[in-house]
Order: sequence, then C-alpha cells, then structure tokens
Amino acid sequence: MVTTDTVTSNEIYEDELFEKVGIKKELSEHMGRPALTYWAEVWRRFRKNKLAITGLIMLCIVTLLTIIGPTLSGHDYQYMDSSIRSQTPSASHWFGTDRMGRDIFTRVSVGGRISLIIGLLCTLVMFTIGSILGAIAGLKGGWVDDLIMRICEFVGNLPYLIIVVILSMVMGRGLFSLVFALSFISWVGTTRMVRGQILQIKEQDFVKAAAALGADSKRIIIKHLFPNTLGIIMVTITMAVPGFILGEAFLSYIGLGIRPPETSWGALAAAGQERLMFYPHELFFPSLMLVITILSFHLIGDGLSDALDPKLKD
Amino acid sequence: MANKTITVEVKDLKKYFMLPTKKYLKAVDGVSFNIYKGETLGLVGESGCGKTTCGKTILGLYDATAGEVNFDGFSVHKKSKKERKDFTKRAQIIFQDPYSSLNPRMTVGDIIAEGIDIHGIHNGKDRKDKLFELISMVGLNKEHISRFPHEFSGGQRQRIGIARALAVEPEFIVCDEPISALDVSIQAQVVNLLIDLQKKKNLTYLFIAHDLSMVKYISDRVGVMYLGNLVEITSSHQLYRDPKHPYTKALLSSIPIPDPKIERNKKIIPLEGEVSSPINPIAGCKFASRCSLAKDMCRNQVPTLKEVDNQHFVACHFIDRI
Repeated sequence: MVTTDTVTSNEIYEDELFEKVGIKKELSEHMGRPALTYWAEVWRRFRKNKLAITGLIMLCIVTLLTIIGPTLSGHDYQYMDSSIRSQTPSASHWFGTDRMGRDIFTRVSVGGRISLIIGLLCTLVMFTIGSILGAIAGLKGGWVDDLIMRICEFVGNLPYLIIVVILSMVMGRGLFSLVFALSFISWVGTTRMVRGQILQIKEQDFVKAAAALGADSKRIIIKHLFPNTLGIIMVTITMAVPGFILGEAFLSYIGLGIRPPETSWGALAAAGQERLMFYPHELFFPSLMLVITILSFHLIGDGLSDALDPKLKD
Repeated sequence: MANKTITVEVKDLKKYFMLPTKKYLKAVDGVSFNIYKGETLGLVGESGCGKTTCGKTILGLYDATAGEVNFDGFSVHKKSKKERKDFTKRAQIIFQDPYSSLNPRMTVGDIIAEGIDIHGIHNGKDRKDKLFELISMVGLNKEHISRFPHEFSGGQRQRIGIARALAVEPEFIVCDEPISALDVSIQAQVVNLLIDLQKKKNLTYLFIAHDLSMVKYISDRVGVMYLGNLVEITSSHQLYRDPKHPYTKALLSSIPIPDPKIERNKKIIPLEGEVSSPINPIAGCKFASRCSLAKDMCRNQVPTLKEVDNQHFVACHFIDRI
C-alpha cells in the first residue's frame, strides 16, 4: 500500500515541475553596498550625524560673517561717531553701538577674524611641532625618545599663566607673540599622544607584514603609521581650536591680548563687561559668537571621532 | 632526503633580546636545521620557547644576535638593501593574529596588493587581474576587494593574510601559527588551503604551531623546541611513532585521542617542575629541571643534536637508555 502511494506521488510531481534555485554567483557580487573609498565612507557617516552637520553649518556662517560682515553692515569698525554712543540694536546698527559710537556688528565680525586666525594658527603650530616630535620619539626610541620626553616634562610643568605673561611682556602684544605664547606649552600633549599612538601601532603585525614585504620606512610611515594616527589627531585638532580661541579671549580679557585698535571677541567682551549693568548687549554679542564657535567645533570634533572609526559603520 | 635541495639553512642561530634591566632574554639560543625545497617543516614547542622569534629571525624581521641563515646560498642577515628587497619577494610570512596583521585603514585589495605595489610587479589592469586571481584563490569574492578588514571573520581575515603573502609569488613561507587564533572548523579550511597551494605552487613552508595533531597532518618533518633550543628533529612519521627525547614524549602523550576507551587507559607523562627562565637559564641541559631521567651530567653538560637513526636527531645525553 505504502509503496504504491510513493509511486503515485512520484508520478504526480515530476522533475520538470521543479526549478533549481541555485546561487547565482554573478548576482551575488552586485548585492553588496557599493564600495567607497575611506574618506567617502567617513563623509557618508559624518553627514548622517545631524548635530555635527549643524556644527559645521554654524561654523561656516560664523566664518562667512567674519569675512563679509563689515561689507554687509556698511560701517567701519574703527569709525567713532559720538552722536550714536551706546545705542541698543536697531535697523542701522544690528548689534547696537559701543561707548565710542562704533558699530558692534562690524567690530564683532572683524574681531572674529583675529580670534579664528589665532585659534587655527596655534593649532597648526601645536600639531606640527607635536606630531613631528612625537613621531621621532616613537619611531627612534632609545635616547632620542628619552630626551624628547624629558623636554616635554620640563615644558609641560612650567606654569602656563606666568609663562604667557612673561612672553607677552618680553615680545610685546601682537598677533605673533600671542600665537607664540599660546602654543608654547600646548604641543606637549600632542607629542605625548602621537608618540603613544606610534609606539602602539609600530608593534602591530601589519607593520611587520609590510616590512616583510620589503616596504621601506617611508612607505610604512605614509601608508601605515600616519593613516592610523590621523583619526585621533584630527579629533584633537578640532577640539584644540576652541581651546585656543578661549585662551586668546581670556588673555585679551585680562589685558594681555590683542592691542587696540585691533580687536578680538575676548577684547570686545572685556570692554562690554565694564558696562554690563546698563548696556548688556555690548557683552552679549561677542560672547554669543564665542559660544557658537566653540560649540560648533566641539560638535564637529565629536562627529569626526565617530565618523573616522571604520568599525562604527552606521 | 640527502639528495634534496636545501632552501633554507639555519646555522647556530641566536637571538637575544636586551631587557631594560640590561640582562639578555635568550629567545633563540643556538638552533640549526635545514628546510628542503617543497617540504613543510613543522616547529612545535610550548609558548615562550622561541618558535615565533626563530621564524621571524629567519626572515630577517629581527637581526640575528649570532649565527647565520642562508636562503638559497645567500646570507639573509648580511644582504644589502637591494638584495634584502629581492629576498622579501621570495620569502614571506603569514601571521598568527588575523586581527592585528591587517591594517584597519586599508581596503582588502590594497592590503593584498601591498607586495605587488612595493615591488612594482603589476600595474593598472594587470594588477586588478592579479588581485582577482589571488582573492578567488583563497576563496573570497571579487567584491570583497573594496571592503575593510573589520567586515570579515577571523578565517576570512587569515585568508586575506595568505593572499597578501602569495601576491609576490614567494618560494618560502613562514606560517607563524596561522591557525591557532581560528575556530576548529575553520582551522581545517585554512590548513587545507595551505596544502593545496603548496601542491600547486611547489611552496616550502616553515609551519610554526603548538597544535601537535595539526602539525602531524601538515608537516613532512617536525622540529621540537624547548627554551630556545632544538631538542629533536625528524620526519613527522618517525617523531609521532617513535619519539626519543623525554620532552617530546611528554608532549606527545598530551595529545587527546578521540576514543574514550584508549584515552582513559592512555599513560600521560606529566611534566613536573618549572620551566627555567630564558633570562637566567640553568647550566647544562635546559630540560634537566623537569626531566625524570636527569642526572648530574645533564646539569653540567649541554647535550648536542646527535643522529640516532636515519635523519633522526636528538639532543639528550641518555638516548641509549630511553
């Protein structure tokens, strides 16, 4: 009985009725997400981060303002008009005027140039000195490493404020001396960080594999060590810029910063603070710009550190 | 055996590492052996006995403290810069850890093609074709070329490492525990891949491992290391059938047998005592502190490798008694 059943079922379901669903190799290769280069991948991940993009847009607006602000307002940042002293914001003076009758919007824009330039220049100096010294210390090792680390310890232990005060007294109060004073100590941290990274990566097998494949030290540095430290360096850079801007603001605030008639956000805030009780707008606007700039750098840095990590795909 | 051509000749190789305390760690302390063309020489021993250091020193990744490594008649450690670069094209390495051996910031294609790029072997379309050939040879997909290493499993990563080593078409490959970081089911895949490739390309392997049954499977000859010294070397068949050195005997007795009846009645030779330190090794035979046969002679005199049988070398004072 059972046998006959099987036979009948075999007759009903003939082989021709079935189609083999195999693996189509040529199709499977197209199924994956299209391949992107490393930086395209980073940008894709960064773009997805709404906060970081907001930061980037805010920073672009602030930068644009410092460039075209004076043209927009049509006022000169040094021009004093005694008939319009200490006015609150109005249609002709968007951020109001100060005690000398100067347009605050124009002054904030021009002051932003100094603040941003100082932030970027100091970071550049810090990054260049720090990564070169750190890379040498990490790669060479031995007494060179010892020497650089001892110098780092020495410089790192100098009291920051006293050094800055002495430097600005000796070198005068200009853009150059400010940059010098602010970045004089800052490279120590970068040196330590880069050295640590290099030491860690240098011992990894993929560096040994490259050496076993005949790569010279130039190729190892460019292809293996640098790209693997770049992520953390970029994050440190974006986080360092607001630090320097704030540092400049602080020095200007205590009167060691940029010298009039040039101005910066810190100097403007210092001037506004004296008259806070009666004309709060004089302090409010430069401070607002500082806060927006620092916030956007931090947001960008946060987004970058996530985007640069290839393990965090989505 | 004797009429085979020697690919790698290791002569009294020593590699000491200077410690911060100004003492030397003797990782490899006078090792000599030959590797013949087309064969697989297994190198076994417990962790810290200098297997990996030995392999890396043979490739010139470490400078030798003393001794010589001759590859096809050339001294590896005395080569000029250009000769060294040529040597890297002929001798390659597969690493133990498939996670740290691939640069996380490079695509799989760039990783595999690194040797091709360094030596400028192929360019443009040739390079792409070669990449496709290599990646399918190790059983991966073409589309994997543009991916990053972290998207792959351990076994796949190890294949990428194998493809990278094969890209320069070497004759000799040091396999530094290529399977110990992998899951058992994947170990077989990788080992079979290595065997296939060896047959196809007539490769010579130095296979470093601590998995004794796997070494037996892949190797033609096996060398046993203990604390920087070679204690026994012979054909794989001979070693597993008739081990001579007390250390080898103890090692082999520890291999589990997949049959509970035999396993239950098997006599395991336990090793007692401590491994002596590679920084302050004891005088005489280094194994004397753990050897049940050790006599005064063992604590004073260092035993040398002696041929006890056809191509069967053992370093022990009491070969006759065991």
